[in-house]
Amino acid sequence: MDMKDWKVLLVDDEVEFVTTLAERLELRGLTPRVCHDGESALKAVAQEVPQVVVLDVMMPGMKGLDVLQRVKESHPGVQVILLTGQGKTRDGIEGMKLGAFYYMMKPLDLDELIAKMGEAIGGRAGAVC
Amino acid sequence: MFKRLVSQNTEQPDQAGMLDAQRYSVLRRKILALMAVVTILPLFSLAAINYYEHQASLAVEIQNPLRVLVGKTKNSFELFLAERTSTVSLIASAYPFEDLSDEKKLQRIFQVMRREFVGFVDLGLIDSKGNQLSYVGPYDLRGRNYAEQAWFHQVQIKDKYLSDVFMGFRKFPHVVIAVQHTAEDGRSWVLRATIDTSQFDRIIASMSLESGGDAFLVNRQGVLQTDSRLYGKVLEALPMPMPAPSFETNVLTITDPAGRDMFLSYTYFADADFVLMAVKPRPSVLKTWYSVRADLLIIFLAGVAAVFAAVYRVTDLIIRRLRESDERRVCAIHQMEHSQKLSSIGRLAAGVAHEINNPLAIINEKAGLMRDIMDMRADFPGRDRLLKQVEAIQSSVERCRGITHRMLGFARRMDVKIEPLDINKVLTETMGFLEREAQYRNVALDRILAEALPPIPSDQGQIQQVFLNVLNNALAAVPDGGRIQVSSLDRDEKFVEVSIADNGCGMSEETLKHMFEPFFTTKKDKGTGLGMSITYGIVKRLGGEIQVQSKVGEGTTVTILLPKKQAEG
Repeated sequence: MDMKDWKVLLVDDEVEFVTTLAERLELRGLTPRVCHDGESALKAVAQEVPQVVVLDVMMPGMKGLDVLQRVKESHPGVQVILLTGQGKTRDGIEGMKLGAFYYMMKPLDLDELIAKMGEAIGGRAGAVC
Repeated sequence: MFKRLVSQNTEQPDQAGMLDAQRYSVLRRKILALMAVVTILPLFSLAAINYYEHQASLAVEIQNPLRVLVGKTKNSFELFLAERTSTVSLIASAYPFEDLSDEKKLQRIFQVMRREFVGFVDLGLIDSKGNQLSYVGPYDLRGRNYAEQAWFHQVQIKDKYLSDVFMGFRKFPHVVIAVQHTAEDGRSWVLRATIDTSQFDRIIASMSLESGGDAFLVNRQGVLQTDSRLYGKVLEALPMPMPAPSFETNVLTITDPAGRDMFLSYTYFADADFVLMAVKPRPSVLKTWYSVRADLLIIFLAGVAAVFAAVYRVTDLIIRRLRESDERRVCAIHQMEHSQKLSSIGRLAAGVAHEINNPLAIINEKAGLMRDIMDMRADFPGRDRLLKQVEAIQSSVERCRGITHRMLGFARRMDVKIEPLDINKVLTETMGFLEREAQYRNVALDRILAEALPPIPSDQGQIQQVFLNVLNNALAAVPDGGRIQVSSLDRDEKFVEVSIADNGCGMSEETLKHMFEPFFTTKKDKGTGLGMSITYGIVKRLGGEIQVQSKVGEGTTVTILLPKKQAEG
């Protein structure tokens, strides 16, 4: 599957971070959508189901793990990669238990993120096919 | 030379040692005083009450015989005087005036009287005009007239008269008895007899008072009527005020003119102007009681001593217990503070890492984007120079990331994953990390590992961290060519023991005291001061113990005890 066709949703309250990340992904041919909080992320997922959601754990308002849970409930096929600024294993383990695909620490290694997104989509594709 | 065993469990709070000792001794004194008062006071008051009760009852016991004696003696006196008076009275009424005025007949009567009753000295008849009509006795009193004398008036009014004691011609104290008789024909006469008061002395002597005691007669004016051993001769004034008149026998407690404490027993005579008095010194009457009291005193003192000894021991025990529990409390507070410090450092590290990671992520992405843009356009002006800057930014971000991840790693160690571990295997693995450096510095890494060590439930990462920290310190302490000995031991049913001994520089007592505190370091710029603190926190959390023995210049031995069973809760 071509990277251009990946449907990616980026969710982070750090606007500068998430828009720059989106721009860099766009430079690599992706067309990610961006949300700045949990509620709008859920709306975006309902509007058009993404293949991968890159989700920040620590957000004001609705927490990342809650968003994850809701997404997994409504769309079990959507893969979620968690981002955390805090290396709390507990959050990571909790996220994995709730069905997250992977969790990564900030600052990100972009290549690793793309690789993991590929894995997530590929795995899903494999599962679907 | 100092050798010290440091274990956080047994560490004494010695900073306030002096003050504490003072506080405890003050407390000890207070408790001791209070307990002594509370226990000895009732004993003392019991003894005091006993003393006074006993004294009172004994005083009564002593006073009673005296009272009885005085009563009896008074009776003897009254009997004596009544006998003499009635004798004179009998003679006055039994014989006619003519017989009595005849001196020869009077002489015969007098002789019979003297034979029957001792003490009579003379006898005489006086007519109603006061003229001495006849007289038998040692004095020449014939022809005297008593009409003007007080006693004569009294005898005419009362029919009977008993004089006070007076000194006769022969310097003998005498008493006069006079009786008036009125015959049927209306004539009246007075028969007057003198009695030698040596009879009084005989009666008093029959009281047989013990030494120190005294008995005597006085008249109501306080003039002695008999000799007193203590208060003067006959007819001298009694040097004491007269007690209140009473015909009952009374006992008083007095202090006599010579300052002696006395019991005074006295009684007034009903028919005569006499008061019989007897004194007994108080100390001597209480002599028997003092011997009783000596026994009491010994029992009392022994009791007090026993109570005091018991109080002392109990107080000692209380203070020791108090001190021990205080020390335990201080120790527990110390430990709590320590673990609180560690956990707050963990929280702080996590917070800082999180706060820094977000902006760091932005910097990283911005720099990445700049690089992406430049990568896309090969003709970007100043591209090479800018790329260099971006690379520097990215490598700095990478460094920061390393730091925050280490901080987070420190915080993460608060989480524990328990699984059965072969300690020997963990040790061997951990030592593997250091073998290259040891080889390079020619440091001998000996291992004496116990065979068949039971697997213990623990967290591999944390145990490894502990071993690594201690081994790192050992390696830093030994000189090139030094020796580190790692041993494991199946210590007892509770613990597996791992000890890591080096022959390095050792630690001073001051260092030993602070070595587990966060941010305490001897490595100056190289260390964070967290290594041993983390180590301590881990071992404690796993339910183990860590002990350090060190001598400056000789080396250090770190002993780690790991529990075979996981601690409850």
